[in-house]
Amino acid sequence: MSVTQELPPKRKINLKVAAKIPSGLTGGHRLCRGCGAGVIARQATIAAAMLDKPYVVVQATGCLEVATTIYPYTAWKVPWLHNAFENAGATASGAEAAYTAMVKKGRMKEKPNIIVFGGDGGTYDIGLQSLSGAIERGHDFLYICYDNGAYMNTGIQRSGGTPKGARTTTSPGGRVIPGKPQYKKDLAQIMWAHNIPVFTASMAYPQDLMQKVQRGLEFEGPAFMLTDSPCTLGWKIPDNYGYEVSKLAVETAVFPLYTAYKDEWELSAASRKIALQPHLKKPVEEWLKAQGWFKHLFVPKKKEDVIQSIQEWVDERWERLLSRANNV
Amino acid sequence: MAKVENQEVKGLTGDQAVAYALLNIDPDVVPAYPITPQTIIMEKFSEFWADGLVKTELVHVESEHSAMSAAVGASATGARVFTATASQGVALMYEILFIASGSRLPIVMAVANRALSAPINIHGELTDQLVTRDAGWVSFIGEDAQEAYDHTIIGFKIAEYPEVSLPFMYGLEGFIVTHALEPVYMLDKKTIYDFIGEFREPSNWVFAPGNPGAQGLLALPDYYMELKYQQEQGMKNARKVIPKVLDEFGEITGRYYHEVEPFHMEDAKYAFITAGASSGTAKAVVQRLRSKGEPVGMVKLRTIRPYPDEQLSELLKDLDGVMVVDRSVTFGSPASIQATDLASALLKHRKFPRVLSSAIVGLGGRDITEKDFEGLYEQLKKDVQEDVSRTHWWGVRI
Amino acid sequence: MSDKTPIDIKSWIREQWGASKLPPGGVVPAPATSLEYKTGEWREFKPILDDEKCTGCTQCYFICPDDAIKMDDRFHPIFDYDFCKGCTLCVEICPVDAIKIVKEVK
Repeated sequence: MSVTQELPPKRKINLKVAAKIPSGLTGGHRLCRGCGAGVIARQATIAAAMLDKPYVVVQATGCLEVATTIYPYTAWKVPWLHNAFENAGATASGAEAAYTAMVKKGRMKEKPNIIVFGGDGGTYDIGLQSLSGAIERGHDFLYICYDNGAYMNTGIQRSGGTPKGARTTTSPGGRVIPGKPQYKKDLAQIMWAHNIPVFTASMAYPQDLMQKVQRGLEFEGPAFMLTDSPCTLGWKIPDNYGYEVSKLAVETAVFPLYTAYKDEWELSAASRKIALQPHLKKPVEEWLKAQGWFKHLFVPKKKEDVIQSIQEWVDERWERLLSRANNV
Repeated sequence: MAKVENQEVKGLTGDQAVAYALLNIDPDVVPAYPITPQTIIMEKFSEFWADGLVKTELVHVESEHSAMSAAVGASATGARVFTATASQGVALMYEILFIASGSRLPIVMAVANRALSAPINIHGELTDQLVTRDAGWVSFIGEDAQEAYDHTIIGFKIAEYPEVSLPFMYGLEGFIVTHALEPVYMLDKKTIYDFIGEFREPSNWVFAPGNPGAQGLLALPDYYMELKYQQEQGMKNARKVIPKVLDEFGEITGRYYHEVEPFHMEDAKYAFITAGASSGTAKAVVQRLRSKGEPVGMVKLRTIRPYPDEQLSELLKDLDGVMVVDRSVTFGSPASIQATDLASALLKHRKFPRVLSSAIVGLGGRDITEKDFEGLYEQLKKDVQEDVSRTHWWGVRI
Repeated sequence: MSDKTPIDIKSWIREQWGASKLPPGGVVPAPATSLEYKTGEWREFKPILDDEKCTGCTQCYFICPDDAIKMDDRFHPIFDYDFCKGCTLCVEICPVDAIKIVKEVK
């Protein structure tokens, strides 16, 4: 992996071409109705399938893993490997090293692209070390974190990726402690500090997501993508609301879309629009109101201070992002 | 196969011996994390790697848990994989040991047997390996640097047998074997490749392009047990494969190893059961006692899993007393770890000595001397006289 | 090398294979065996296409979590009702309201 490597050029995603590409994740899996992770996995694998090299999938324990592979049913059409919860980074490192060795020894023609999927639980928290080590060693993979903001698969417990104020089973909206007291960890920045390409993407903007997946896979070395993954059960939203709430996250700058690599910070179209026209930025309250797991912030009494602190957090991050962005 | 006459001999420590075996094996992937007293294995091997003498992908993982995780990832692709650790490292990778076995991956691992914290102790003890005996790995313990060298090679052959397909771990005692210099006879690359194959030939699906499929699915109660049963079948098959492989190895090298190795057991009334480095000391003492007319023998245990229950019970059935000399520790147990396994074996075959005592000894690397064995012999005779099976914490200052 | 005959997933499920027939190591050496599990039975609301309104924008293809929408030659959706769970994300996203919901009665 060269220190002077540039980000691969952006390939324009022609939706009509992509719409004919089969996804690596197919039907018959048991993700909840309207699950964001399913959408993200499909968009990502469609993007991967459009590249020249075949791809394989390494996965951490979590919703996407469990629901798509209940023995003997697997919803994956490509080679797929799951090991444990906190070691997707290490497992992918081992597989990637094996491919390198086999190519070197003439037993394999070329290494495949590797997509690693992990939830926020398996990435922010228990899997952070393993991912950081894999990145430090420079293994070639794209790690996609489908961030639904809690340990959803085990029943909606709070994680390092849970937003402040969110009600989870281990941070209930109680009388004294109204939801998670801490702010969400800024994983994208941690990843950026490893000097690797970092993308944030949303299922509401599939062309952007797919373009970034391709760039991440084509980059020689580790790359990271954080995706906002709506969870109908955990966020307490209707089954068909994943698209709307994803858009709201971008429009309120809770989840800004950008590409970051060393000094290159580039806002993606939907977030750039808001940066150039600040009046388009919606108050975070709209995003909070859209999800049932923030309901205790409004009912029976509106908790102005908590909402205010969340708005401050959004604004502070947004301002820092704008100051870094090269294209605003 | 003709015996290899001219084996190069080198003065090597146990750790170095493992590295030299790996040099000619040239495994595809070695993910490892440093921990005393395994460090020299990886340091020596790294020299070979840095000088381009092997094509191995050395993965300098950031923890032992990641070492075994990367080993699983690599082995699932069909690669030949090795790692090494000790003590806290074994404990840290514990959950993945079960996954490696459940996934039927023929990973080979050296364990530089070391005591477990707390308190922290870096010296030789077998507990770290013994407590993994339920994880579904074929598990050997070696006595010296030569066995460490040989087990490295033997391990790949056993593990990669299609009807076994289980990971293989082998122990070499911390400092006593890992850091002590001995003459080690080595095999050339061709001989090794003739024995284990130049590369692994996977007999199952592998995680690689062109092989759609999945590994690591969630098995619900309707299937979990069947997959576990398959592992036990692998272990059962290992019982047949191990003697075959050891025999073949003996024909090549002249070093014939066995799962249990009796010494002076003919018409013995008393016997020691030993594993690992202290076996050497035991042999010297047994030899001396025999020359004085004492009816004592010993059995060295090489294979911890699959446990050679039939052979052991057959050897010990008519004895007055057996003393398991166990360099390991457990608490609240009916006997020492190895004695507990042995007791089950004896009861299963209904062949038992009158007294089965055990000694918890040499913990934290405390030396087990010839005097200790002489003392243990007297203790065993006393236990037999009093008709009581006991577990002795031998040498502890109360 | 390994036996390359395709796995008979239907008989595997029907007969509930035991330890002697199951591939070792918990491997399922076949793609997409989940297609045997018809999640269409989860459905309460069925999406129906109003073919005339559809402009072939392809957005529904990318929003379906269940791969239950395939595109025909005009990039109009073909719903796979074996797997459509009726989440109605496609209905939500369609910019021209070309997908209608019908409540299913079972």
